[in-house]
Amino acid sequence: MKVPLSWLREYVDLPAVTAQEVADRLTAAGLKLEAIHSHGHEIKNVVVGRVLEIEELAGFKKPIRHCKVEVGEATPREIVCGATNFSEGAVVPVALPGAVLPGGFEIGSRKTYGRLSDGMICSEAELGIAESSPGILLLPRDTPIGADVVELLGLRDDVLELEVATDRGYALSIRGVAREAAIAFGVPFRDPAASEAESGGGESWPAAIADPTACDRFVLRSVTGFDPDAESPLWMRMRLARAGMRSVSLAVDITNYVMLELGQPLHAFDRSRLSGPIVVRRARPGETLETLDHVVRTLHDEDILITDDSGPISMAGTMGGLHTEISETSIDIVIEAAHFSATGIARESRRHNLVSEASKRFERGVDRELPLAASWRAVQLLVELGGAVADPGVTHAQVDVSPVRITIPADHPSRVAGVTYERESVIRRLEQIGCVVTEGAAPAASAGHGVAATGVLASGDLADRLAVHGDDLITVTPPTWRPDLTDPNDLAEEVVRLEGYDRIPSVLPPAPAGGGLTEAQRLRRRVGRALAQAGYVEVLAYPFMGPRDLDNLLLPEQDARRRATRLVNPLSEDEPYMRTTLLPGLLKTLVRNVGRGFSDVALFESGLVYRPEPQAPATAPVLPVDRRPTQEELAAIETALPRQPLRVAVVLAGEFERSGWWGEGRQASWADAVEAARTVARAAGVELGVRADQHEPWHPGRCAALTVTDAETGEPVPVGHAGELHPRVVEAYGLPPRTCAMELELSLLSPDGPVQAPAVSAYPVATQDVALTVAVSTPVAEVEAALRAGAGELLESIRLFDVYTGPQVGEGNKSLAYTLRFRALDRTLTVEETTAARDAAVALAAERTGAQLRGA
Amino acid sequence: MSNTYDPVEVTPLHADEVARAQADALAAIAAARDLDDLKQARLTHVGDRSPIALANREIGALPPAARAEAGKRIGTARKAIGEALAARQAELEAERDARVLIEETVDVTLPWDRAPRGARHPLTTLQERIADAFVAMGYEVAEGPELEGEWFNFDALNIAPDHPARSDHDTFFVESVDSGKVLRTQTSPVQIRALLSRPLPVYVVSPGKTFRTDELDATHTPVFHQVEGLAIDKGLTMAHLKGTLDRFAEVMFGAGITTRFRPHYFPFTEPSAELDLRCFVCRGSSAVPGNPPCRTCKSEGWIEWGGCGMVNPRVLLACGVDPAVYSGFAFGMGVERTLMFRHNAEDMRDMVEGDIRFTLPFGMEV
Repeated sequence: MKVPLSWLREYVDLPAVTAQEVADRLTAAGLKLEAIHSHGHEIKNVVVGRVLEIEELAGFKKPIRHCKVEVGEATPREIVCGATNFSEGAVVPVALPGAVLPGGFEIGSRKTYGRLSDGMICSEAELGIAESSPGILLLPRDTPIGADVVELLGLRDDVLELEVATDRGYALSIRGVAREAAIAFGVPFRDPAASEAESGGGESWPAAIADPTACDRFVLRSVTGFDPDAESPLWMRMRLARAGMRSVSLAVDITNYVMLELGQPLHAFDRSRLSGPIVVRRARPGETLETLDHVVRTLHDEDILITDDSGPISMAGTMGGLHTEISETSIDIVIEAAHFSATGIARESRRHNLVSEASKRFERGVDRELPLAASWRAVQLLVELGGAVADPGVTHAQVDVSPVRITIPADHPSRVAGVTYERESVIRRLEQIGCVVTEGAAPAASAGHGVAATGVLASGDLADRLAVHGDDLITVTPPTWRPDLTDPNDLAEEVVRLEGYDRIPSVLPPAPAGGGLTEAQRLRRRVGRALAQAGYVEVLAYPFMGPRDLDNLLLPEQDARRRATRLVNPLSEDEPYMRTTLLPGLLKTLVRNVGRGFSDVALFESGLVYRPEPQAPATAPVLPVDRRPTQEELAAIETALPRQPLRVAVVLAGEFERSGWWGEGRQASWADAVEAARTVARAAGVELGVRADQHEPWHPGRCAALTVTDAETGEPVPVGHAGELHPRVVEAYGLPPRTCAMELELSLLSPDGPVQAPAVSAYPVATQDVALTVAVSTPVAEVEAALRAGAGELLESIRLFDVYTGPQVGEGNKSLAYTLRFRALDRTLTVEETTAARDAAVALAAERTGAQLRGA
Repeated sequence: MSNTYDPVEVTPLHADEVARAQADALAAIAAARDLDDLKQARLTHVGDRSPIALANREIGALPPAARAEAGKRIGTARKAIGEALAARQAELEAERDARVLIEETVDVTLPWDRAPRGARHPLTTLQERIADAFVAMGYEVAEGPELEGEWFNFDALNIAPDHPARSDHDTFFVESVDSGKVLRTQTSPVQIRALLSRPLPVYVVSPGKTFRTDELDATHTPVFHQVEGLAIDKGLTMAHLKGTLDRFAEVMFGAGITTRFRPHYFPFTEPSAELDLRCFVCRGSSAVPGNPPCRTCKSEGWIEWGGCGMVNPRVLLACGVDPAVYSGFAFGMGVERTLMFRHNAEDMRDMVEGDIRFTLPFGMEV
């Protein structure tokens, strides 16, 4: 809302303070300053002049005039001018030499077109009144010559641009802001809507409300004999412009001016275009309306319409129809001022994607008592400025509405704020905003009932449950311009904000005993730290993906990752799905980094993926809000939502250990990806199982399936995959060759319990090396598992120190060299014991994997 | 022991002989140029076959009356030689250290960045830091789904379907506009989940990812992060809210940094306030005309930080909490925005794009 201070000062006696000071007080009251726009402060030395003589200069590409202009000095000034919209005797603004115009533009005396130009005759644009103007600003002939134009026209003004919260519809008007300013400065407020509106006489045009849920007040007034050539006066155009509205025509400007001043949207019909009685109703199937913007709109059966015998003529509170619109020939005008359902207009505006100054106000709540006064004010202006004659009478259709009454203990605001407010202050503050405050409780029947058609609907039952009990009750009837005040806490807020939020003390509540982070929360942090320590950089990619990602990752038709949740309004049509895997985001981030010149990149992300269940219901119910939902109701929402497990993934390419002066580095490999999984598992305190697998998007020969052991069944549970990516995936994403990746479901990694402390033996270690020959295809993990199992309890550790393939072990074989370390808790082992354990290990490896002891 | 002795055999014990052996030994020790020389000198002059050792062995052959004197003589000589050896040993070792270790000198300024360097994302660690501040005050960290039921995201928070506030949220709808499922536009639905699932009183903080259909630019991102706090207990007031946020501001920005409330509207709180943070750089001085300007707060003295208020009793009712018994407060702030002013991060796109140059300097914590 843009509020020219000059306009505001008409209705509130503000002290002589700066715009910033006014803005600070309003901000503290909840009307937050966005910006101050200053106008006209730099303009000086512009005076009223009369054009005495005009000499047309010939021989130039455009018409040029040399004028003699009387400016209240001893002699007239000679001024060259390129405009032609004035004649001798015209009264015009003249910038004298030394004058400054908006933008710091200085005027001097100079020679131009062969003549002296001793100043400048100004247009509206040059004075900062309008964006553009076709010619010179013509002033009334009786304007005193030599008078200061800035003073005369009120060019100097500051406009406060205020952010108005969605519950404060009343502040979308000079009237509403003036009331707040008056309270903030403790000065009187003159209500511009308070003038006596004529309400007698018959109907000005027949009208009826057919749907009381759509509209509860509908007022029409009419004028005849309006001069369609009458122009909007400068002061009105200037105020509209500074409030951010364009001047259209006098009749339209008047409706906008009254709306800005009072907050009541108005609509003007050309009376000659109306046929038969007006009815306010909802739309019927198939109805259409061509609106002011020349769009033919198909109406929805909930749309609120103004109709006559011809059908719809206006979309209530949103946009008028083209056919009945006032035009440059309209002479007889019907002014509509109504009070429509706030939710009705909100829906209509959203359905048609039509946000207008009117709809903005209606959906935030307009004063139900304004239509009579606002329409009267508009008629007065049409008469005064447009030469119209007001028709007697007024059409006034309305639906009875019982006012909201809220009963609270007088100390309720104190109890909400934690500040003690005097009882008198509470009542005074509520009265300042326009409430009527009475002692005691309201009669039960009407307490807390909402406004049927327009406000927030508070059922009696809900109001009962919101009621605050206590002693010293007061009953508050909020003013009609505050439909947002429905609950006890709404009243508390009014008192607290007007008494000042800065009065609220700072008191730390007594600390409850919290349990700290959960195991899962600790785990997530540990995993992040572990991967970062291991050399991975965390990214937070957008969790969206597209069909192309699914193809790029080579996912088969039936792959669960293809079952993705689709967004209705995605950021990009290329990525309409919620991710089912972390890899697309990571891979694209990797490509971006490579593209920016970083060839060695290792990244990780931990975040949710979204996995819809195939049999989940399509919709999540919207539950009631006046009570706690049942477990069944809540479950109905949960089952409709996709599963959202926490995953962690890494991608890496280039050198994982860098080359340098020390020699060659090491390229990132499948082994690093698997090790990243082990890093995660170690952080989680679980044992990770690794076996070969074929799973997209990984290289079929370099893909590990990752498992953990189910604590109850002892069965392996798949948790993810790691390895080198498939070359076609690398190609599809434009990744560096041999890019590697790991992804696993962190939600599945939970330790069995606290780590059990090992017993540490101080007896000497006994070491035995063995070299085993196995088939190349035999997984090392199986050989090692067999050795461990066979060696028994005396085995302290086992380490593979060499893998050899070559002529010495025969075609299709490999040799695995292990160091086994044995130790007992209670004695020094004998050579015989150690050898027996080693032999048992080798025997079991031979049995399970066909391993043969080399050199045996 | 023999009672007779052969004067020839005991010649080595003559004072002259002992003196000579001692002199020879000391000369050899002094002449040793390195530790190897000294080792040789030690073998030659005090080893098993050295004159002194041999002489010592002959003491038993002396008549008893002469033994004491001879023993004393030998002992004195051995002591002198031993001391000389030790002294020379120390000298030569020091010399060796000085020479050899210097020869082994390397350039310790050589880089050794063989291992890759990682880092955590500052938005993650900032959320953790914020959570920790509240955990220290007794709060627990609550979580909820990012793809959320509309009832949780809007209705239960007193944002009715047609309320204008709802259109401010620019929601991502899931599957269809009437599926009842959205990407959560705020972390506030976690409040509802906490109240439905936890015993009262409830003190929780919930950091997390949120979504609105903004275009990505320097100050907006459609996927962003918020931290939400909720306290529901008996007798909580706005003064407690202020105290909590003041404490939080101090933990995050240092002693003396406080907060300011400005009236505002949020459907889920009533009364509601916008939350400003005292500028932690200029501490408000830049707002005074004539003082140097401040980049962090744009010379306003305060930084807009978030929103807060007393939980609307309607929200409590929707969760089955009796507003006649319990009251409480809620607050929330943007993590990206906090990172921007706390760390002078000027462009939100840097937080989104995953360029390692942005993230690496943040290390493991912010």
